[in-house]
Amino acid sequence: METVNIEVNGRSYSNEVEPRLLLVHYLRDTLGLTGTHVGCDTSSCGACTVLLDGISVKSCTVFAAQAGGHAVTTIEGIGNSGALHPMQEAFWAKHGLQCGFCTPGMIVSCIDLLRRNPDPSDAEIRAGIEGNLCRCTGYENIVRAVRAAAAAMKADEPRRSVAELLPVGAS
Amino acid sequence: MSQPVLGAPLDRVEGPGKVTGRIAYTADNDIPGMVHAVVVESTIANGRIAAIDESAARSAPGVIAIMTPRNAPRVDARKVDANDSLLFLLQGDAVEFDRQPVAVAIAETFEQATYAARLVRVRYDVRPPTTALASGERFLPDQIFGKPAQHKRGMPEDAFARAAVTLKQTYRTPTEHHNPMETHATIAQWTGDRLTIYDATQWVFGVQHRLAATFGIDPKAIRVVAPFVGGAFGCKGQTWSHVPLAAMAARLAGRPVKLVVTRPQMFGWVGHRPQTEQVVGLGAARDGTLAAVTHDVLSETSMSDEFVEPSVVFSRDLYAVPNYAMSDTLSRLNISKPTYQRGPGESTGSFAMESAMDELSYALGIDPLELRLRNYSANDPDSGKPYSSKRLRECYAAAAAQFGWSARNPKVRSTSRGRMLVGSGMATASRATHRSPCTVRMRMNADGNVLVQCGTIEQGTGTPTVYPQLAAEILEIPPERVRFEFGNTDLPAAPIAAGSQTSGSVGSAVVVAARRMRELLVSHDGKPPADGFEVELEDSPPPEEAEHATQAFGAHFAEVEVDPDLGTVRVTRFVGAFDGGRILNAKTARSQMLGGIVWGISMALFEDTRYDARSGRIMNANLSEYLVPTNADIPDVEVILIAGDDPFANPAGAKGIGEVGICGSAAAVANAVYHATGIRIRDLPITPDKLIR
Repeated sequence: METVNIEVNGRSYSNEVEPRLLLVHYLRDTLGLTGTHVGCDTSSCGACTVLLDGISVKSCTVFAAQAGGHAVTTIEGIGNSGALHPMQEAFWAKHGLQCGFCTPGMIVSCIDLLRRNPDPSDAEIRAGIEGNLCRCTGYENIVRAVRAAAAAMKADEPRRSVAELLPVGAS
Repeated sequence: MSQPVLGAPLDRVEGPGKVTGRIAYTADNDIPGMVHAVVVESTIANGRIAAIDESAARSAPGVIAIMTPRNAPRVDARKVDANDSLLFLLQGDAVEFDRQPVAVAIAETFEQATYAARLVRVRYDVRPPTTALASGERFLPDQIFGKPAQHKRGMPEDAFARAAVTLKQTYRTPTEHHNPMETHATIAQWTGDRLTIYDATQWVFGVQHRLAATFGIDPKAIRVVAPFVGGAFGCKGQTWSHVPLAAMAARLAGRPVKLVVTRPQMFGWVGHRPQTEQVVGLGAARDGTLAAVTHDVLSETSMSDEFVEPSVVFSRDLYAVPNYAMSDTLSRLNISKPTYQRGPGESTGSFAMESAMDELSYALGIDPLELRLRNYSANDPDSGKPYSSKRLRECYAAAAAQFGWSARNPKVRSTSRGRMLVGSGMATASRATHRSPCTVRMRMNADGNVLVQCGTIEQGTGTPTVYPQLAAEILEIPPERVRFEFGNTDLPAAPIAAGSQTSGSVGSAVVVAARRMRELLVSHDGKPPADGFEVELEDSPPPEEAEHATQAFGAHFAEVEVDPDLGTVRVTRFVGAFDGGRILNAKTARSQMLGGIVWGISMALFEDTRYDARSGRIMNANLSEYLVPTNADIPDVEVILIAGDDPFANPAGAKGIGEVGICGSAAAVANAVYHATGIRIRDLPITPDKLIR
């Protein structure tokens, strides 16, 4: 066993972990942050994408021990129903999701794409997130969502809550 | 109300939960005291287990038990009905396919169970496997979904012999695995003799009944919960072996057990689309009028079970063909049992038939679209019944106009863009819609808010969004005042969420219940009493519904660029127009079509499960070698919905829209590749090696 000190979504954690423990299982099973999903085993699908010191990584390719001393951001730390990240709002509004299983990793990758390229063309979006597989949507609405989020982030629009975005009277 | 509710592109109600990672899929659930199970799968495709040495595994850290045929609880692995599957539950030592479950490691943590599974030593008596379609034992199945395996109308042999132009070709489609992004997962918990199951399934009631038979207990003692399902496409329709294995492991461990199927194991026991070899014969007059069609299909099944890929449905039920013959032959192989995959039958059958139609169009010098129009059928050509609705002509016209089909140079290898060869092709889409009995409970509270309860599931199709829309339309209230509860066996019984029947079945039950609630409301002067109203009913298709044939239709137009030196194909444009009857939500419906088309592009260019002929093992059982399209592989796809009511289909007026998109789209791509290159590819996928000669 090995002690790791990791900052996750702004909180500090210290845990005894086996050296072989993957970051994704640390996040899911040790910390209970199940928004990060496991989709393959071969780093092909991107469902487990998180930010490590602000840079996107596939957390099935990182040992928890390697993340010691670093800051991890999962989908739960990107935004919540009280204040959605523009990318989260765009994926919802533009229907960049169906079953939703790839969505957390996809959103994290797209946020990193815009960090590197705040105003990507459609072709740059499609190439930039080709490491994240989606089996439902056919991808087009994901491209639209990234475009919408890029525009909102450029305009520095404030974060909105789910309640603000729902029709009046919805529960 | 100012805005129509039905068909409106409302945002998904569960969208916030999905974009914030807060909603739970099966594997995200945690039960106090829960331990983890990992399946050990066979490394041979034919033979028997000679010995299992689990001593090292049993003494590994954290291990609770190693379940093998020696100590596995005795259960009933047989099928409960013809549509069910024989399971592999460690009841014997026979191995008949690669990755068949042979043991289960149970440990405190997932890592410990995974490590222990690797320490289980299995020795086999190996026999040579058969995985090539041509080599298996062939037989005609007794029936295909209640119909004979051979069928004829008119005089196909005579008509074919007398036809001015004939064509006979063989088309092949490979084994394909569904690979939804969420792998299968099950959590099992026994409380005395009562069993609680969390499962990634398309049908909670199917799991309940299968487990009741497997364990010989009352179905009422089993509660099945399907939290959100992370995609399925057919592979989560059956209760596969890992579900009872999880419950058996929970019994052995005396603790709740979580069993998550790994991605490589998704190529094991959870079903796949079977490979097919299809011989299509077309006999036509010089003007393109079809006189005879023959469609003979050979598809694979497993050693001890039967699944027929009903590819013939497409050729049987679409064009005005007076003389027709079909046959379905099965070949027994050392493979796991195939199953339904998005558009079963029509997806594979349309590749063969719509490729053949394209070949005929070039042989006759008739435009491919014109050839389809000359064989347009007003009625179902096989039964003679009128279609409940058919707007295929409108689909052809709208998609062709949007694509700019009339500007196409009909000559093959005539168009280029830089050094790329450019081609365009089209195909027809068709997919039968079904309807099964479904029960719903609908409650209106004193405040006018409505709760609809039905034990269907959400797999990405928009269940909790679209059925409230349907109820709200009838009750004339805003849709956000209707809540839909789904996903467990405590709720009223729903049919399996598959086979393009959920809108027709659940949707119709919601419509009938909402109409009754509306009558109650009217009789109470529009105001519910203090204790509210409740309506619970089972809705079944009435006999008169069988007077019509109900199919969704569509038209696909694809443009490809082919690199003449490398043989690589890129789809550069795609337009699809669809007749899905009444559209319940334009946003979710359009997305179904986009996804379906991309499945067709994927079928045309990428997906291909490869067996090693000597070992019978799958060579590409992972997502780095089994290719599915990435974002960068796909162009913008234009979807046109030709919406309209269908009063004869079902009370919802909706035809199935989840599957029609994949039917015909692979053929459109293949036909475009022919137009670009002059090379006709009759075996999918279209890989560069087939285009470089």
